Amino acid sequence: MNELIKKLCESFGPAGREDKVRSLIVEELEKLNAQFFIDTLGNLIVTKGNQADKKILVAAHMDEIGLMVTFIDENGFLRFTNIGGVFKNILLGTKVLFENGTVGVIGQEKLKEPKELDFDKLYLDIGARTRKEAQAKVKIGDTAVFLAPLSQEGRRVMAKSLDNRIGCAVVLEALKRLSPLSLPNEVYFVFTVQEEVGLRGAKPVSYRLKPDYGLAVDVTRVGDTPEPEFKTSVSLGKGPAVKIKDSSVICHPRVTGLMIEVAEKNNIPYQLEVLEKGGTDAGAIHLTREGIPSGVLSVPCRYIHTPAEMVDLDDVENSVSLLVELLKNSW
Amino acid sequence: MLITELSQIPGVSGDETRVRNFIKEKLALWGIKYYTDSLGNLYALKEGRENKQEKGLMLSAHMDEVGLMVSSIEKSGHLRFYKVGGINEKALIAKPVRIGANNITGVIGAKAVHLQKKEEREKALEVEKLYIDIGAKSKEDAEKAVKVGDYISFYSEASSSENIVKGKALDNRAGCAALLEILQRDFPFSFTAVFTVQEEVGLRGAGVAAYRVNPRMALVIETTGAVDIPEAREQDYSTSLGAGPAFTVKDESVITHPRILERLIEVAEVQKRPYQFRRYGGSFTDAGAISLSGSGAAAGVISTPCRYIHAPVSLLFLEDWKNLVEITDAFIRSVHEKGLEI
Repeated sequence: MNELIKKLCESFGPAGREDKVRSLIVEELEKLNAQFFIDTLGNLIVTKGNQADKKILVAAHMDEIGLMVTFIDENGFLRFTNIGGVFKNILLGTKVLFENGTVGVIGQEKLKEPKELDFDKLYLDIGARTRKEAQAKVKIGDTAVFLAPLSQEGRRVMAKSLDNRIGCAVVLEALKRLSPLSLPNEVYFVFTVQEEVGLRGAKPVSYRLKPDYGLAVDVTRVGDTPEPEFKTSVSLGKGPAVKIKDSSVICHPRVTGLMIEVAEKNNIPYQLEVLEKGGTDAGAIHLTREGIPSGVLSVPCRYIHTPAEMVDLDDVENSVSLLVELLKNSW
Repeated sequence: MLITELSQIPGVSGDETRVRNFIKEKLALWGIKYYTDSLGNLYALKEGRENKQEKGLMLSAHMDEVGLMVSSIEKSGHLRFYKVGGINEKALIAKPVRIGANNITGVIGAKAVHLQKKEEREKALEVEKLYIDIGAKSKEDAEKAVKVGDYISFYSEASSSENIVKGKALDNRAGCAALLEILQRDFPFSFTAVFTVQEEVGLRGAGVAAYRVNPRMALVIETTGAVDIPEAREQDYSTSLGAGPAFTVKDESVITHPRILERLIEVAEVQKRPYQFRRYGGSFTDAGAISLSGSGAAAGVISTPCRYIHAPVSLLFLEDWKNLVEITDAFIRSVHEKGLEI
């Protein structure tokens, strides 16, 4: 699984350009001989289990935040806009990677005062000396992601886009461990697109699949660091979080209740999560059609949306166990 | 000219009737079948010469424009108003307007500059401090002509010279005109074109329309801001006049499906027509609502660049509009002839 996490995180996949991540997941699915299809927007859907009364949609988004080139100046510097929630104050000196392998570093114009910092004060340097040189590598509309190899210290892993490749890895691992016979329900494992720009992929795919329940697997913020910016009781290493609420969804008590029940029955550590700001695919799923009771299984994660997000591998392992046991249950 | 004719018609979001009627008349004249839905979206069914299978492509352009609405009438007969859609207050003072179904004329007024406090002079006056003067002597007098809830649209004469079109509401009457121009042409296959309502207040008509049409692909024809003016830095232009229609890669509502973007570029290159990318990543278009409707659709946006949008007079280059029409035409034919694997 560690090798898979590394491959997924280091892969290129900003919202709207998830092809490379999807291909990696497809490779894994082919090894499992799993049946899958891809919808119009690029969501990847695997159906497993028995034709049963209850259909459960498990969603993990494939996309990550990124940058998009908007302008190339005569000296070969690029201007860019954000794709999803990019923090402008962490960009100076950060390396980025384009889909074709081009690497750049983010620079910053002189600021009169710190609060002047905005995307129009930042630029991207890909080592080009002229507009022509730059245009040979990159064009307007091309997207880039952070360039950051995965590192591991003890049980903790640092990498870009653990949000939400770790969710993809958890779902893939659960898929591997679950035999169709162990599933009392029909489960749609869905790897969604464009979550970071507004939960976009999850909406049409849940409309298409019409599930009875929805479950998003995503990362969540933690409050266990010095003077944390976000108020939350979730800590790294204390188990997967059962989301109660964030700004996109109030999780359905039947789903959260079942998650807690299954965790306790199987001695899987878990924590309860109330997140003030932030959303997940469950926000889009639960409002589809006549409404779909939904929940979220969250992997605690530090430094979300930076080049070095951090998760604990014990949390990851326990997330897989909880998901597996949850899906073995009748809903 | 279709653009100037359409530009003149008042049609603020939710009050698109007169624009819709104009388009209906043209469609009837050209023998194109159409129908409307409960929100007022107008669907034109372009039937091809040959009975070829529909490829699931929907074209659309929104009919509505930004404007104002009467919110109350003062004892003095002056009208207070709300904004409908995104309008910059700075563009309002001393502008002529037309109100309601009877086109009552008025002018937007504010306290005379020498009576304004220092703070008031230094920034744009908020909508609450502005009023519309229709020359009424009292509330009763005003109520003979207008009522609360009446729509207010900018009143400016549209004009065109060889390459310049000026007028209000070019966003998105230029798009409607382009769609009408295309509908007049001869195609071997059939397709659906939708003139949508209420885009400017949150893409409201388009989602409903796409749910009904259930397209696999959609191309939205729009008009987008150009800021190629002396005060701006080149990287902040977003689009430039004369550089061809703009393709959207991303805005706040949609990331254009890569296959659609690639095909737009391909047909523009084959035709040797200029095109540019819209460089501003913000604001919303009908493509956002269409792409997420039902089980989802691959959507893209092509726009005529236009200066001073959402203001009483905007300005575009006809050459850009013509290139938009030709690239859109080529895109439709290409999708039908070669297919488009999504």
